[in-house]
Amino acid sequence: MFNSDLLRREAIQGYLFILPWFIGFVVFTAGPLTAALGFSFTDWNGVSPMEFIGFENYIQLSQDSRFWQSLKVTLVFTFFYLILNLIIGFSLALVMNQPVRGIRIFRTIYYLPAVLSGVAVAVLWAILFHREFGALNWLLGLVGIKRIGWLVSESWALPSIIIMELWRVGSTIIIFLAGLQGIPPELYEAAEVDGANRRWRLWSITIPLMSPSIFFVLIVGFINTMQVFTQAYIMTDGGPNFATYFYSINLYITTFRELRLGYASAQAGVLFLIIFLVTLGIFWVSRYRVNYELV
Amino acid sequence: MWSRRRRISLVNTLLTYLVLVPGALLFLYPLLWMLSTSLKPKHQIFTYPIEWIPDTWMWSNYGEVFNQVPFWTYTVNTAVITVIGVVGTLFGSSLAAYGFARFRFPGKDALFLLMLSTMMVPIWVTLIPSFLMFRWFGWLNSYLPILVPAFFAQPFYTFLLRQFFMTVPIDLEDSARIDGANRLQIFLNIMLPLSRPALATAAIFAFFFYWNEFLLPLIYIQDQTKFPISVGISSFISEYRSDFALMMAASGMALAPPMIVFFLAQRYFIQGFVLSGVKG
Repeated sequence: MFNSDLLRREAIQGYLFILPWFIGFVVFTAGPLTAALGFSFTDWNGVSPMEFIGFENYIQLSQDSRFWQSLKVTLVFTFFYLILNLIIGFSLALVMNQPVRGIRIFRTIYYLPAVLSGVAVAVLWAILFHREFGALNWLLGLVGIKRIGWLVSESWALPSIIIMELWRVGSTIIIFLAGLQGIPPELYEAAEVDGANRRWRLWSITIPLMSPSIFFVLIVGFINTMQVFTQAYIMTDGGPNFATYFYSINLYITTFRELRLGYASAQAGVLFLIIFLVTLGIFWVSRYRVNYELV
Repeated sequence: MWSRRRRISLVNTLLTYLVLVPGALLFLYPLLWMLSTSLKPKHQIFTYPIEWIPDTWMWSNYGEVFNQVPFWTYTVNTAVITVIGVVGTLFGSSLAAYGFARFRFPGKDALFLLMLSTMMVPIWVTLIPSFLMFRWFGWLNSYLPILVPAFFAQPFYTFLLRQFFMTVPIDLEDSARIDGANRLQIFLNIMLPLSRPALATAAIFAFFFYWNEFLLPLIYIQDQTKFPISVGISSFISEYRSDFALMMAASGMALAPPMIVFFLAQRYFIQGFVLSGVKG
């Protein structure tokens, strides 16, 4: 009896500690999420009476070229950003894992941009990308590359934003460096004794043991990148000619400029579904591919 | 003669510098350009090829930002949002983290998983109902929609703090319990003081988040006198689009606090990534 009393007391106290989270979860996440699902079956501008229209929004979505463009832009951006971020972050982490003199200064420099984000960074890069007077075209001019239109060019606008985001690769480098430093050196020594060359050591020791970090970077990166907003809102407003018309830009316009709350809710629901399914997919793959032993 | 191993390490070092030095210059390049542009007189901005060193150092460009827009007000507003946001985040998240780290109760694993899975919910999904709810509360044009949720535990910070709490030896708490302290006292007097590094890490991440926050104030704040820096800058770029020096000076001032915090607290910043990432 005494024991079960203690256990019950502990459980009650535990619930009390997580209560603020749970209230927040219901009020700020679960409640709104459910409401959004409901809104997605209505036609509503937030003022006039709400009209239930069944799956009409979703049907309309499937024929909305602006919606498909926003999805395409976001997926292309996410794909190339994630791949490049992974490759560049991993390579730089390998280089920075070398015990050379002054490495701490280099690490500081490479991490610094990762803590800078938002409007100020977008403004800075918008001027950097300026076709005539920007420092990027000037630098490229030094090595004989002709001026690029960057943000005003339909084909370069999206790559421009990818480049800008890759400037902030530092957070990925930190995660990979932490992973690299967790690999026991004996493994490499043993492999060296066995005559394994550099490339073989990379593929058979480093990458498998880094798979939890790679997995983490991919999942977090995917969830964040699918919601990219500020950069396009500040730098291009979705243009030129919809080249940077991100999913969130479309959502923002549908919600706050067109006041089509039901239609926007359907779009938001689809975004959630995509993020949910892809994240689940990455988890599923990781069960077979991620190596948690030894780490 | 050098041994083979020594020769390899010399080549290694050279190759490392060959990558890192140009890379570092490239990473600093945008910031140097920002600094240079913000200090140039007007006639030097639209020159090609670029003149990096200003003829006269126009420190007044920074003062000009304050003349054109209420930048001081923006800064104070941003500071208010950031300080309260950080305090709220630490409050709610550390409570929940302690609950998840140190208590046994039915459904704990399921609730923890539920909390983590809410990180997948895009802000856009909850935005419209939240907006309507906050409008109904009469909270529009105030910081309440941004700051009140902070006090109710954010999943990322809760996870980070829980990971740290679980590494703290439980003996210390047990002896306090024998001395008759209750769990809240133990949390406040033992766990929190022992967890200063993790709290600092969480505080720094929250600082960057609230300092840079843009979407929520853009949506909820209409009054210019209540704008944070992010919304303030975005509202004046359409007007001053061609005044590069002014825009760079404003951006520079917005970026300076995060840079200073980063330099002062680099250790905690890096530790945060280690805690949050690798063993997740």
